[in-house]
Amino acid sequence: MIHSLFLINHSGDIFLEKHWKSVISRSVCDYFFEVKEKAVDPENVPPVLQTPHHYLISIYRGKLFFLSVVQTEVPPLFVIEFLHRVADTFQDYFGECSEGVIKDNLVTVYELLEEMLDNGFPLATESNVLKEMIRPPNILRSVVNTLTGGSNVGDTLPTGQLSNVPWRRAGVKYTNNEAYFDVVEEIDAILDKSGTTVFAEIQGVVEACVRLTGMPDLTLSFMNPRLLDDMSFHPCVRFKRWESERVLSFIPPDGNFTLMTYHVSSQNLVAIPVYVKQNINFFETGSCGRLDITIGPKQNMGKTVEGLMVTIHMPKVVLSANLTATQGNYTYDLTTKVLVWDIGKLNPQKLPNLRGSLSMQAGAPKPEENPSLNIDLKIQQLAISGLKVSRLDMYGEKYKPFKGVKYLTKAGKFQRLSLSFL
Amino acid sequence: MDVGFSSLRSEAVGAVRTAMVSAENLQLTLKAELSQEEQALTHIRSNPKEAHKAGNEDLKEMLESSKESLKLEAMKRIVGLIAKGKNASELFPAVVKNVASKNIELKKLVYVYLVRYAEEQQDLALLSISTFQRALKDPNQFIRASALRVLSSIRVPIIVPIMMLAIKEAAADLSPYVRKTSAHAIQKLFSLDADQKEQLIEVIEKLLKDKSTLVAGSVVMAFEEVCPDRIDLIHKNYRKLCNLLVDVEEWGQVVIISMLTRYARTQFTSPWKEGAMFDENNEKAFYESDSEEKKGHTEEKPYIMDPDHRLLLRNTKPLLQSRNTAVVMSVAQLYWHLAPKHEVSIVTKSLVRLLRSHREVQYIVLQNIATMSIQRKGMFEPFMKSFYVRSTDATHIKTLKLEILTNLANEANISTILREFQTYVKSQDKAFAAATIQAIGRCATNISEVTDTCLNGLVLLLSNRDETVVAESVVVIKKLLQTQPTQHSEIIKHMAKLFDNITVPMARASILWLIGEYCERVPKIAPDVLRKMAKSFTAEEDIVKLQTVNLAAKLYLTNSKQTKLLTQYILNLGKYDQNYDIRDRTRFIRQLIVPSEKSGALNKYARRILLAPKPAPVLESSFKDRDRFQLGTLSHSLNSKATGYQELSDWPAVAPDQSVRNVEIIEASGSDSEEESSESEKTSSDSGKSSSGSEQSSSESELEQKKKKKTKKVPQKKSKPTAADRYSEIPAVCWSLRASFFFPVTTSSFGPVKTYELLHHMTGKGLAAKYHFPRQPCLYQPSMVAVQVILSNSSDHSLEEIHIGDRSPASLSIHCFNTIERLEPEASVTVSMGIDFSDSTQAANFQLCTKEDQFSVSIQPAVGELLMPSSMTEQDFCKEQGKLQGMNETSATITMETANASSQAISKQVLSVANVGVVSSSQNNFSRFAGRTVSSGALVLVSLELKESSTALLTINTEKTVMASMLLRDIKQALTQA
Repeated sequence: MIHSLFLINHSGDIFLEKHWKSVISRSVCDYFFEVKEKAVDPENVPPVLQTPHHYLISIYRGKLFFLSVVQTEVPPLFVIEFLHRVADTFQDYFGECSEGVIKDNLVTVYELLEEMLDNGFPLATESNVLKEMIRPPNILRSVVNTLTGGSNVGDTLPTGQLSNVPWRRAGVKYTNNEAYFDVVEEIDAILDKSGTTVFAEIQGVVEACVRLTGMPDLTLSFMNPRLLDDMSFHPCVRFKRWESERVLSFIPPDGNFTLMTYHVSSQNLVAIPVYVKQNINFFETGSCGRLDITIGPKQNMGKTVEGLMVTIHMPKVVLSANLTATQGNYTYDLTTKVLVWDIGKLNPQKLPNLRGSLSMQAGAPKPEENPSLNIDLKIQQLAISGLKVSRLDMYGEKYKPFKGVKYLTKAGKFQRLSLSFL
Repeated sequence: MDVGFSSLRSEAVGAVRTAMVSAENLQLTLKAELSQEEQALTHIRSNPKEAHKAGNEDLKEMLESSKESLKLEAMKRIVGLIAKGKNASELFPAVVKNVASKNIELKKLVYVYLVRYAEEQQDLALLSISTFQRALKDPNQFIRASALRVLSSIRVPIIVPIMMLAIKEAAADLSPYVRKTSAHAIQKLFSLDADQKEQLIEVIEKLLKDKSTLVAGSVVMAFEEVCPDRIDLIHKNYRKLCNLLVDVEEWGQVVIISMLTRYARTQFTSPWKEGAMFDENNEKAFYESDSEEKKGHTEEKPYIMDPDHRLLLRNTKPLLQSRNTAVVMSVAQLYWHLAPKHEVSIVTKSLVRLLRSHREVQYIVLQNIATMSIQRKGMFEPFMKSFYVRSTDATHIKTLKLEILTNLANEANISTILREFQTYVKSQDKAFAAATIQAIGRCATNISEVTDTCLNGLVLLLSNRDETVVAESVVVIKKLLQTQPTQHSEIIKHMAKLFDNITVPMARASILWLIGEYCERVPKIAPDVLRKMAKSFTAEEDIVKLQTVNLAAKLYLTNSKQTKLLTQYILNLGKYDQNYDIRDRTRFIRQLIVPSEKSGALNKYARRILLAPKPAPVLESSFKDRDRFQLGTLSHSLNSKATGYQELSDWPAVAPDQSVRNVEIIEASGSDSEEESSESEKTSSDSGKSSSGSEQSSSESELEQKKKKKTKKVPQKKSKPTAADRYSEIPAVCWSLRASFFFPVTTSSFGPVKTYELLHHMTGKGLAAKYHFPRQPCLYQPSMVAVQVILSNSSDHSLEEIHIGDRSPASLSIHCFNTIERLEPEASVTVSMGIDFSDSTQAANFQLCTKEDQFSVSIQPAVGELLMPSSMTEQDFCKEQGKLQGMNETSATITMETANASSQAISKQVLSVANVGVVSSSQNNFSRFAGRTVSSGALVLVSLELKESSTALLTINTEKTVMASMLLRDIKQALTQA
């Protein structure tokens, strides 16, 4: 299926290649570079390309292209999903997925790739299985290894691959047994010029960090599971129990994992936590414009809005911005034309405001579209949909684990449009 | 230099010597090649060209050293070289002798190197083979597997026979992990030497029968690669694959689902009703098969879905909740291609969910949605807002979303969509704005109500400042005007006015064409435009020139008085143009319109030729007809057939024989459980752990059952060893729980199965029939009770055409077995059928027919067989029991045989009478059982409270009071006698 993989950095250097079948010359990437040149922005490169003898399927992540070469029919999502899984694994192992880190750990990376595919077909993609075979690097171990000549490759062979619980390794032991769950919700919203909601929905994810000894069998139940409309589960979740009882029953993988992602049913009204008053004008003459933005709290269930940030992609003709912010700092990047206003905590008594003038290229026509605002925010200890975990039970083991649940609301793709209609 | 070379040479020779030592037990044949190799090496080394590669010399020294850490360091650097795509092949001899190293990491790195360069250094690579051959016999399954993995990755044609042998052995290995590796190796060998196909197919056939979830995905992958056309190999494994699917790892699921999609399209008839879009065979699709047709006269519904078809749909549905986007997509395409039209929409929500994923995932999913939304607007219309474009989307995502929004547009939502489009037109991404204008044009043609609105909007856009927007609008307006030109002379006039300001050639050309085509509606403006064009003709782009010539010709025909001179001027200019297209066109037009002696008959028709009414262009989606490719495939994504694409066949008009998928379970399961349990013993001894996997833990229970089986020597039927069976016994094991959702209930009874006589061979003129209740959920219809009939022929001639004839009462619904064409003397065959007893013990009477005779037989079920076990917790049990008090409760006090007093004994006795499930109980003196009636699904709760001196209170709670009393009697009898 997957024939070869090339890792390509932002400037177009191939810095790693791996072939699972016969070797394919790296000149195959030239087709890709051609398209990349044309696309200007790396995000605009189509993920699937056809060349005379091969098909190129690529993803762009962390300023890197993961380019895989396939020769025959294969579901493209299969390859894309796998490539993302590779990137996730790197992230998991090295803390980030960047060129520098991959180059520093070239051998580990190569060993990982070797285990993840056999003849182009995924073999071991579960992080728990991989970690048993190839230990992630850490400082202490690398010091010890250089002194003793030890290695990062596990000498016991993983049992996970054989069991029917491949996501969990055997013989897990902890002195402190803990299970933490983070319910993180993101609001995706588009507001129109007048501030009315064009589109809003809530997407949530339950991230778990489980460090429990042995083979615990957990059951997580919600106070109001009816809110959940559509979800996808980690393979460990027993679907049948969810269908019949609306509880999540599972033997957890060891460590961090995503238990489920969900979508809150669209019947529920989505609370929009802040309102934005904005006024951006470009004048027909004098090549300048005025900007005035105020943000205030709306429906935030009495919690503080934090990490508030406004990003505006200005039209190309805007040369500079001369603004004053009553709270926080703003920066205007001249090359990318992005205005970022980092506000921080929202104080309902004193609403943050940003105003001032924009100067434009002399003689250039006034931009016809006012730029839209992207808003970023965080609300701790609140799941905006109102979802609540009611209890976590553990079966199969005797000890009492420490349990914790955290809630967080974030802005996902939160856009405030400023448009005038035809 | 000379000194350097000689030392090099001696080193190389030394390397080979060491390699020879390490390869002591190589076959004799290899020995000869070794000496050749030695020579070859010496030659290579004496080649001066190699001198500059001395940079790798230190690596070589490190590899030769006796210190493991140095070797490891060297290998790490070498792998680094490989990763960067640098050549490290000259180190081959030094590396390969470390293949037998004890250090695992070193060994693994050597493997990496070996696989990369073996193809280039074939002879040297042979040195390593013996190491792998030895490892293939290792007691540790992981070592066996990894040896096979590397061995099969070495692309050296000489070792094909060795690989073949290794694959065959590994395919019969006790460890499923090794068998999985062998499935992978099949593909590798096939790509190395396609001549081995026949032998490999045999191995695939064998591995397809494997019941391990570990193997399933890999072997289907091998099947797809080696022999995708051998659909016949799948028949017997079809149901097993369907049932295993949810437990297979996610990558295997994708492969299996796409293979089963293809399979189903060849084996089942179309579930799409008449009038469906691409169902040409719907007339014939009404009948499931010929034999069905004969008996099907009582059926009301013309189409009955094959139970196997339903099984596939049912078992793939939960996978829509998978976290793996490829799995979700493959289920979605399966439903699209196989499910009845009204069921397809269940995939919508999941597909929309995928749009939250990475950009690349969105791209593929949107492409597929675009294809779907053309045929099925309704599926995605409720989710329209999910396709709204965001300014941060990549261009290709935006275009796809636009495509989908256009497909979804209808009379009801068009105003919303148009409003959305209006904002897109203003986007800073001008390519996208242009695409939006195209989309508006499509909406306008598709929905006649809004044509005028769209047209007006587009005309407003003509005064836009951006040129691409204006140009695109002109092109679209041109197309729209063609559909209804009469009312729009105003717009044409407006465009003519704008003409001077528009510089984009395509737009200018479009305006010229419009004016020419409708010149009679703008009689004053047209000549004026032509005049302007004559002035600027030489400076225009080719496409504009062509249209100028056209305009001139048309005007000449309609208004020659004003334009004769202008036309001639333009034709003269065109005659000497640099572009030959324009010169040709000019000559052609001149001959056509200007009357002269030479111009013949065509001249008379010039007007009809040039001003013929032209059909309006159809604005349609580029995704139309994309569904000729299977959704989710690479071919679909590229819209062209990719190498190795397997066509999805049309539904067959008449379903092929369904019985090919029937499996004779008795023999298969017997031998299999034997193998599996011994295998799991091995697994546990291998890993030295007892509780990590369910395979191990389940082995105990299986062994127990086996013991039971052996001691009793009862011809017992065990249901397929799927996970569901193990559920109630090892609730802690996760996958069995997951698997259990195929079966609405779990079978926990393994008590002896009673066999009843259906037809004695004396009365049946040699045909004898026995039946028993396998206590499995009936495949054909959930309300039926599964019955297995063993037909045997004790006569001395073969019996033909054994089938089921008339039945009474007539309303009785029976799912018959397929006609048995021929039953040889002394042969017997097991068939399964389903009978809907409607929760009564009334006998089902029917006729068992052969070619010559008919025998009336009847099946009278014991009341306990009309139940299905139901799994519930103790609390649920008590809760349900509380609801079924009073009239619905029947109880009796019984005195039990002392041997029966233990709870195990009670379970055994109760389960022998009734097909119920054991409810785990926290109280010792209580035994509880729960079941549901097969037909109506009414709860039947049995509880037994042990009192002192072997008396007990037996209570049955159910709405079906008649059944309750019969069941009470049966259980009482079983517990008191025994």
